[in-house]
Amino acid sequence: MHESLYLLGFSENGWGPALLKGTWITLQISFGGFLTGLLIGLITASAKLCRFKSLQMIANGYSTLCRAVPELLLIILFFYGGSSLINAVAQRIGFEDFNVAGLPVAILVLGLVQGAYASEIFRGAIQSVHPGQIEAAQAYGLSQKKIFFRITLPIMAPNALAGLSNLWVYIIKDSALISVVGTSELLHIAKQAGGSTKEYLLFFGAAAVIYYLITLISSYFLRILETYLRRWQPKH
Amino acid sequence: MTFIMEYSDLILEGLWITVSLLIISFIFGFILSIFVALSRLSHYKIIALPAFIFTSVIRGTPLLVQIYIYYYGLGEVFAKMPGIRSSFLWPYLRDGYWYVAFALIVSTAAYWGEVIRGGLLAVPKGEIEAARAFGMSAFKILIRVRLPRAIYILTPTLAGETILLLKSTALASTIAIMDLLGAAQRFRSITLEVYQPLLTVAAIYLLITLLIEHLFKRVENRIPTRG
Repeated sequence: MHESLYLLGFSENGWGPALLKGTWITLQISFGGFLTGLLIGLITASAKLCRFKSLQMIANGYSTLCRAVPELLLIILFFYGGSSLINAVAQRIGFEDFNVAGLPVAILVLGLVQGAYASEIFRGAIQSVHPGQIEAAQAYGLSQKKIFFRITLPIMAPNALAGLSNLWVYIIKDSALISVVGTSELLHIAKQAGGSTKEYLLFFGAAAVIYYLITLISSYFLRILETYLRRWQPKH
Repeated sequence: MTFIMEYSDLILEGLWITVSLLIISFIFGFILSIFVALSRLSHYKIIALPAFIFTSVIRGTPLLVQIYIYYYGLGEVFAKMPGIRSSFLWPYLRDGYWYVAFALIVSTAAYWGEVIRGGLLAVPKGEIEAARAFGMSAFKILIRVRLPRAIYILTPTLAGETILLLKSTALASTIAIMDLLGAAQRFRSITLEVYQPLLTVAAIYLLITLLIEHLFKRVENRIPTRG
C-alpha cells in the first residue's frame, strides 16, 4: 500500500493536482448550489406564506416532490430533462445543438433540490418571528420591505442558521452525486484515478478524507457564526 | 400509458429490490443504532470515543463514496484474496446488492444512533427512578422503560429518517443494480425517453413515502398520550 501512496502526490504520475482540482470544483458546485438553494428557498417560502392559494399549492407541490423523491433521481431528471429542454428551446429559436456545460447545470440542479429543504427552514424561521414585533414595526409606519430587512430577517437569521448549516453539510455530500452525470468533481476524479491505476481503495479513501475535512472545517466555522448571530438573544 | 405495461416487469423487479433494501437496512440499521447510541452515552471513554468517531466519519462523508469504497475498494481486495473465489462467500461478495445493503446498514446505524441517543436522553428522569424503585436491573430498565419510551418519543423523527433511508436506496443504481431508479435508467436507455420513466418512478417513490408516513402515523396513534 505505502508504495502506491505516491500516486496521491504531486510527482509525474501523481494524481494530487487532479484531486485538488476536483476538490475545487466540488466546493464551487456546493457553494453555488447552496446560494441558489437559498434564493429558491426564500422565494418558495414566501410563496408558501402568501395569500394566493395557487402559489401556495405550487410551492407546496415542489417541496413535497423534492423531499420525497431521491436526490439522485432528481439530479438525473433535472440534468437530462433540463438539458434536453434547453436544447429544444435553442433549436426552436434557431440555434445549433447547445452543449450544456456541466458546472452551471450541476449548480442549478443541486440548488433546486436544496431549495425545497431551505423553503421549509425559512418558513419555520419566519413563523417563529413574533407577530407583535411586526405589528410594532407597522405601527412605526415602516414599509413592507423595510419590515422584512430590518425586523424579520435579523430575527429569523439565527433560527434559520442551525437548519441551514445542516443543509450546507448535506450539499457537500450531495455534490458527490453529480459525479454520476459526469461533471469532473472530486468523486468523479477519484473514480477515474481508481479506474486507471486499479487502486480504488486508495483513491476513494482519499476522497472520503477530503470530504470529511471539508465538513469538519465548515461545521466549525458555522458554529462560530451561529454563536455570533445569537449574541444578543436572551440566554436560557 | 402503454410504456408502463411494456416495462412493468422491470419496474416491479426494481420495486422489489428497493423495498427489500429498505427493509433490510431498516431492521439491521435500527438494531445496530441502539448499540451505537448506548456506546455514545457510555461513561467509559474507551467505549464512547470509538462510537463518536464512527458516527462523525460516517455522517461526514458522502454515502456514495462509502458505497464505492466497499464495492470497488473492498471488492478489489476480496477479489485478490486467494481461495475466496471458490468459497461459498463469493456469490455474495460479487453481488453489488450486499455492498449497498452493508453501506445502508452502517450509515443508518450512524444517523439513527444520534437520533436514539437524543431520545434516550429525553426520557423523563422520574420514570427511570420509578423503575429503579421497583428494583429493576439496569438492563431491564433499558429494555422495558428507556428504549420503548425513547422510541415512542422519536416516532415522528424516525418516520422522516425512514424516508431519507428510502431515498438513499436509490444509490444502488450507481453500481448497476436494477432497483427502481436503475429500472428507470434502463428503460430510459431503451426508449430514449427522459421524462416518462423518471417521472413514473418518482411517482412510485412518492407513493412509498406516503405509505411510510401512514404506517408511522398508525404506530403513533396506538401510543396513548395525554390530552
